[in-house]
Amino acid sequence: MARFSGQDLVCIRGERLVFSQLNFTLESTGCLTLIGHNGAGKSSLLRMMAGLLRPAAGLMSWDKTPITDDMDDHRERLHYVGHHDAIKPVLTVEENLKFWAGLRSDASEAQANFKEALDVFSIGHLIDVPGRFLSAGQKRRANLARVIASKSPLWLLDEPTTALDKDSIVKLEQVIEAHREKGGMVVLSTHSDMNIKDQHILDVGTCAAARGQESASLLAEGI
Amino acid sequence: MGRFLSIVHRDLRLALRQGSDSVMVVMFFVLTVVLFPLGIGPEGNMLARVASGVILVAALLASMLSLERLFQTDYEDGSLELLTLSPLPLEIIVLAKVTAHWLTTGLPLMIASPILAVLMNMDGKGFSMMMLALLLATPALSLIGAIGAALVLGSRRGGVLISLLVLPLFVPVLIFGVGLIDAAIGGFAIKSQILILSAILCASLAFCPFAAAAAVRQSVE
Repeated sequence: MARFSGQDLVCIRGERLVFSQLNFTLESTGCLTLIGHNGAGKSSLLRMMAGLLRPAAGLMSWDKTPITDDMDDHRERLHYVGHHDAIKPVLTVEENLKFWAGLRSDASEAQANFKEALDVFSIGHLIDVPGRFLSAGQKRRANLARVIASKSPLWLLDEPTTALDKDSIVKLEQVIEAHREKGGMVVLSTHSDMNIKDQHILDVGTCAAARGQESASLLAEGI
Repeated sequence: MGRFLSIVHRDLRLALRQGSDSVMVVMFFVLTVVLFPLGIGPEGNMLARVASGVILVAALLASMLSLERLFQTDYEDGSLELLTLSPLPLEIIVLAKVTAHWLTTGLPLMIASPILAVLMNMDGKGFSMMMLALLLATPALSLIGAIGAALVLGSRRGGVLISLLVLPLFVPVLIFGVGLIDAAIGGFAIKSQILILSAILCASLAFCPFAAAAAVRQSVE
């Protein structure tokens, strides 16, 4: 049973306090849904969890070990879907996905799996199509296929439903469900309601309260 | 190692499919050098005198021309984020991208240089050393340039900024590169220049991936 948690996280961007005193805990099979108004810091929190952004204060740990102890290990166990889909316009869908699969430690397995992954999101027929001919939704589906092609326990999905049609959203919900049944965990931010069982909802916006004074005091402390 | 090669392979494939880039770099190199006889006159002695300097400066400018593309497209489409998040250390990824950059710019420049040396009426004794100077200098230029390319990510008009950041760092490479060719033509000892150029290459090989990776991390924050 893995456990991913964060305590007293503080995020400062451009000398402005985005959120502070943010806590979360996530266990295997869990799903954490981040909500909050625009600019509340949902994406920043997800980037923090991925290790792209360093928290100004606070600690994140995986099974009680701080993730900063071994970032390579942490990167190995996560999948991140951001705002951009990282599909190269001149490479075919197959080449794009094979490349990303090849960078994982389970490369051969991932490269064997990606065709099924494409079929899950019903874009198996686009396998030879260069990225530049894909629609925004198809690119997003290819990106999600990358996630399910190789196994990682932690999925960090930043508004994964953007540009997806209704059918694909249902597919995504099923995929998330299947991932959790296998003991995986998911953190996702969304503005549209997704139908996910037993999700914990974390309102990032509430951690951004009393922004003015805290920002001043934090800056005074030199954080 | 397999993963290192897969990044090199991907970048080479991207460069080949997009095509124009490395052709453009070589064309720029050739055209710049061709301008010199037109500008300073066709007198053979004068051209031979400046040949080594002109060829190295042009090679340096040409390889700088393509630096902006080293990380920029990956940065824009989110690939750089995912590369940063891949289990492979970022320094290795940077090194792989620099390798691909050298193969698509430095190597073609090196291959094109003898033709230009003939055009500039360079003494035949300098040819082999010119190739050696470029062989040692162009990878160093790609490595040093990677720092600049990573630092300007996210800024507008990065191309001009790269040249301001990186050109001063290219000066030692230029001085000893030209020194090597001129010494070979003049019949002087060339060992020290070769050693210094090799040392610059080794130092940048050891240091630049770390500096560039740090700058990339900064940019994806």
